[in-house]
Amino acid sequence: MDIKRRQFLKIAGLSTIAGLGAPAAFNLLLKGESSPLSFASSGGGAEASHEAAPTGVRLGMVVDQRVFDANRGLAQKCITACHTVHNVPNFGNPKDEIKWIFSVPYENAFTTMSNYHRNEHLQDSSFLVFCNHCDNPPCVRACPTKATFKRQDGIVAMDYHRCIGCRFCMAACPYGMRSFNWRDPRPFIDKATYNKEFPTRMRGVVEKCNFCVERLAKGLQPACVEACGDTGAMTFGDLNDPHSEIQQVLKENFTIQRKPSLGTLPSVFYII
Amino acid sequence: MYDGKLIIPGLIVFVALMTFPIWKNMGNAGPVPKPEKPKGVTKCVESVQYMRTSHMKILDDWRDQALREGNRTPVEVDGVQYDRSLMNGCMKCHVEKKKFCDECHVYTSVKPYCWDCHFLPKETF
Repeated sequence: MDIKRRQFLKIAGLSTIAGLGAPAAFNLLLKGESSPLSFASSGGGAEASHEAAPTGVRLGMVVDQRVFDANRGLAQKCITACHTVHNVPNFGNPKDEIKWIFSVPYENAFTTMSNYHRNEHLQDSSFLVFCNHCDNPPCVRACPTKATFKRQDGIVAMDYHRCIGCRFCMAACPYGMRSFNWRDPRPFIDKATYNKEFPTRMRGVVEKCNFCVERLAKGLQPACVEACGDTGAMTFGDLNDPHSEIQQVLKENFTIQRKPSLGTLPSVFYII
Repeated sequence: MYDGKLIIPGLIVFVALMTFPIWKNMGNAGPVPKPEKPKGVTKCVESVQYMRTSHMKILDDWRDQALREGNRTPVEVDGVQYDRSLMNGCMKCHVEKKKFCDECHVYTSVKPYCWDCHFLPKETF
């Protein structure tokens, strides 16, 4: 049989179209409709539904700013407690600083809130900020090695063994709650207060608050909560447990979260 | 070949010198490492043979179990409980890194970077 070039091209073109189009057409016919794009729901829907349905354990924290405003030294006590327990180094300069929990003014903690003619007591009060342990954590999505991950109980934890120091998570975290070890932290940890039960970090890894995972395992409260004592300044617990103290506190008070419109669903709440 | 009289003996001397360490230690494996075992304890979490070959696997598993799965229940052997942890488990018995870990690691030229972050039990602060 003799095929001319023109005929060959026609047949080739038609078979290509048939090959590409047939599976798609079959899918449409079999399912009756095209499947919705599930990827698109992650950003837009978050603000509308605000909080996801409560399933499983979700550990969270409520910070009662009224108590911290009344007791000015308390925040520093929390910071010291946390940084001692976790062997956080003190480099003595803000460029290399490692921070798990720290104090910032209102406008830095709640950047999306209005500052126009702000309430007077907010002018000089500072807010404790730390990892929000988001229910939808962007840092976890950004991490290429799964060094940072979300546990079953909602804690966003880190495995420093796996961290390659790419700092994608730092870029992804909208709250700036992660710190990078630019230098070897060992020599900058106060030798008198070393916690020998908890490791240090090494140069080139990112670190952040871990909700005191290692203390929770022993049945203790997080170090900052413990430092607050019975002042009720910080409440820790399972946000999804209807009988938990934290849910009572949340029900009784008006609370705000940091940058809720981003849809990261922070698990840290503030009573102003 | 020009100057063959010089080049060939020269090459032989060069090769002999370069391979000298191999000739010298031929058939001699060096002193066998003798890691010091903890006193008063007879059993580890696994058999001696398994620990010799696969202790790093245990550490790897324990780390993932403790960190990722949140399983920190101690491992029990003969009624004694051991934490799933290098610092708070293993090193509670194997107190001296130099006399235990280093013995074999130096011999096999393995350089694990555990101690960049984890503390030595007898570290002089």
